[in-house]
Amino acid sequence: MSDIHLDRVDAEAGNLASPSDYIALLKPRVMSLVVFTALVGMMMAPGGIHPVLGFTALLCIAVGAGASGALNMWYDADIDAIMKRTSGRPIPSGRVTKGEALAFGLTLAAFSVTLLALFVNLVAGLLLAFTIFFYVVIYSMWLKRWTPQNIVIGGAAGAFPPVVGWASVTGSVSFESIVLFLMIFMWTPPHFWALAMFKSDDYRRAGIPMLPVVSGLAETRRQILLYSLILAPIGVLPTILGFASFAYGVAASVLGLAFVILAIRVYRMKDSDQAMLPAKRLFAFSILYLFLLFAMLLVERCISLIGWAV
Amino acid sequence: MAEDGIRLTEVQKRRRRARSIAIGLALGALVVLFYVVTIVKMGPGVIANRPL
Repeated sequence: MSDIHLDRVDAEAGNLASPSDYIALLKPRVMSLVVFTALVGMMMAPGGIHPVLGFTALLCIAVGAGASGALNMWYDADIDAIMKRTSGRPIPSGRVTKGEALAFGLTLAAFSVTLLALFVNLVAGLLLAFTIFFYVVIYSMWLKRWTPQNIVIGGAAGAFPPVVGWASVTGSVSFESIVLFLMIFMWTPPHFWALAMFKSDDYRRAGIPMLPVVSGLAETRRQILLYSLILAPIGVLPTILGFASFAYGVAASVLGLAFVILAIRVYRMKDSDQAMLPAKRLFAFSILYLFLLFAMLLVERCISLIGWAV
Repeated sequence: MAEDGIRLTEVQKRRRRARSIAIGLALGALVVLFYVVTIVKMGPGVIANRPL
């Protein structure tokens, strides 16, 4: 038997992928956050949408996010194999080939955008297409390996889902949806830099120019604090601009203050601190912070829709 | 002839079957979605405007 024959057998018959590997390509945890923020965008929008079309819109947004994840894993397979956090993903572990991931991602992207444009409205479809393009081409292919500002600009991709959700209902983009966008956009840098601080060895090995790798921990701590100081008031904007209650404003202020206090603790960390507990605490709290802000907006909107609002 | 063919292991066969079932379910779900969305898009007119 020649090696050529074995190669052929490996290539054609070696497919060990189970459906769960394809689900992993969709980055289900990211997808759940996308669905949640898109749902809030839909619920906050004035007017209404037929529940079946609303469900279809959410499904398309979720599948579009999944397609972005699959295309990101296709492009980043080389660095995923180097980093501990990502080495178990379907492509580096050999269960799915790069070609399969590319085909899977492109098919889902085309389907989700087309269905959202046809079934819901063209603006939402175009916004979803732009979101996928932004995440895959602008962030994954261009910014991620080029500049330490990668997640600052790339964060826009993660901030678009509520705008797409809003557009699914209204067919347009308005300043309320831009506020929801800003909340996620300004949240992304301190969230990811806190993670990058205690994962900086991984990023350094993979050659990704994350801020702690390029500019050092001191500059990262300073930037985290700066972005946190901008984020905290943006979290309160829904009340200031009149589309959330005073109670939301108070809760968002308290949560924003807690965010800033944790960021100050990160700022005061010493370079010699190996455990990096303040950074880990800020990372964990940042997830809770964003979830709570959007959950409060959702609950308030549901209450007012039911007619219990005071 | 059999020795030239590709022999799948039991694990590979099981996973291929699981993939086939998953694709089937996804296609079935799409059929249901297309049907329901079509009915919703046509609205009540689908019955009201039907010629007797």
